[in-house]
Amino acid sequence: MTSPKDDSSSTNPQAPQPVNQLANQPTSQNEWPLWEVFIRGQHGMSHRHFGSLHAANAEMAIKNARDVYTRRNEGVSIWVVQANDITASSPSDKGPLYEPAEDKVYRHPSFYKIPDDIGAM
Amino acid sequence: MYAQLIKADTSQREEDAARTQAFQRRIDAGEKIEPKDWMPEGYRRTLIRQIGQHAHSEIVGQLPEGNWISRAPTLERKTILLAKVQDEAGHGLYLYCAAETLGVSRDEMTEMLLDERMKYSSIFNYPTLTWADMGAVGWLVDGAAIMNQVPLQRTSYGPYARAMIRICKEESFHQRQGFDIMNQLAKGTPAQKTMAQNALDRFWYPALMMFGPPDSDSVHSEQNMAWKIKMNGNDELRQKFVDLTVPQAEYLGLTIPDETLQWNEEKGGYDFAGPDWGEFFDVIKGNGPCNKERLEARRKAWEDGAWVRDGLLAHAKKKARRAAQEAA
Ligand SMILES: [Fe+2]
Ligand SMILES: [Fe+2]
Repeated sequence: MTSPKDDSSSTNPQAPQPVNQLANQPTSQNEWPLWEVFIRGQHGMSHRHFGSLHAANAEMAIKNARDVYTRRNEGVSIWVVQANDITASSPSDKGPLYEPAEDKVYRHPSFYKIPDDIGAM
Repeated sequence: MYAQLIKADTSQREEDAARTQAFQRRIDAGEKIEPKDWMPEGYRRTLIRQIGQHAHSEIVGQLPEGNWISRAPTLERKTILLAKVQDEAGHGLYLYCAAETLGVSRDEMTEMLLDERMKYSSIFNYPTLTWADMGAVGWLVDGAAIMNQVPLQRTSYGPYARAMIRICKEESFHQRQGFDIMNQLAKGTPAQKTMAQNALDRFWYPALMMFGPPDSDSVHSEQNMAWKIKMNGNDELRQKFVDLTVPQAEYLGLTIPDETLQWNEEKGGYDFAGPDWGEFFDVIKGNGPCNKERLEARRKAWEDGAWVRDGLLAHAKKKARRAAQEAA
């Protein structure tokens, strides 16, 4: 059996190490890839992030997600995506990204005064 | 609780005092800290230790109960116990993935458990000698764990808090199935009732130890409280546990093995005898009845599973390589 080290040397040594943008580390080269798990609950909701797990491939990730996250009928549909494939906004971009929305109060219905006589609107 | 004696790691490097203050203000305001947010090194390292210890406890905690799966008295009890033990595996996994977001890998955590740099709860170093122990463990051990885990749903670290919310949803089944076992035995033949009483006698003090030593002896809790990693004092939770559990034991017709136990009208709670803390520290040090057996079981599982991990890792790398070649 090839040891993990021999195997990784056969990949392009220049290739940047995959980085998990959701957490604080480059993904370990000696563990099964990390997958983020998204599950649709029973009630017509959109898929929601539930957690993560390690699996060798997508099929195994789905099966493990079924066992780890839906032991009590929590879901009707599972998505798994490799953590390395997710691009995340960075916390330091919080200002530039979201502050512009703060002074746009006219985007909310409460900005407009509708006369009482009008009834429900 | 599943994390005991967590010392706050305050060995801060020359860190920006202003950042540290801003961080504390976020915690005081009830904001959640998320993985990519700035955090003091001490906070990060203390959390890794605490969440890691908690995760290891869930995993090692499967062993004393797994011991009875094949010998459960009925098929129904067997399926229930199997589901309960499977839940504990899930709890371990939720917590490992929360710890991983702090920059420690799962393999590192496992290795730290196996070479004893990381600990797991003292309670799982006690043996489960009879079927009644499955009752006592669910009722008392899961009961004590719930006491600690419910407030941790509000802990400051987002991934940890979310893991605790999932865990708490599942725990109450664990405690109830344990109580149900005790109830059935207590109402059974005299021999069954004796078995239940013996299990209570053996697990009572180890369960009280789960909350950790008296607050007067825990020097490190202040920082962890400020960080909202620790939510309550050890004595406070232990008192709450005793106050809730004593009437349940009375209902079962079983006797708490404490002659000093007495209702104290003034404080609105029971006076009770503390456990033998010498025994507690001895168990933590590795000298409990089952420490060796538990670690050996974990080491064997890790070593026996190595070929599966390696084989599937090679498969994952091959697939990644092919995908990269195709994209090139
Ligand atoms: Fe658990
Ligand atoms: Fe449990």
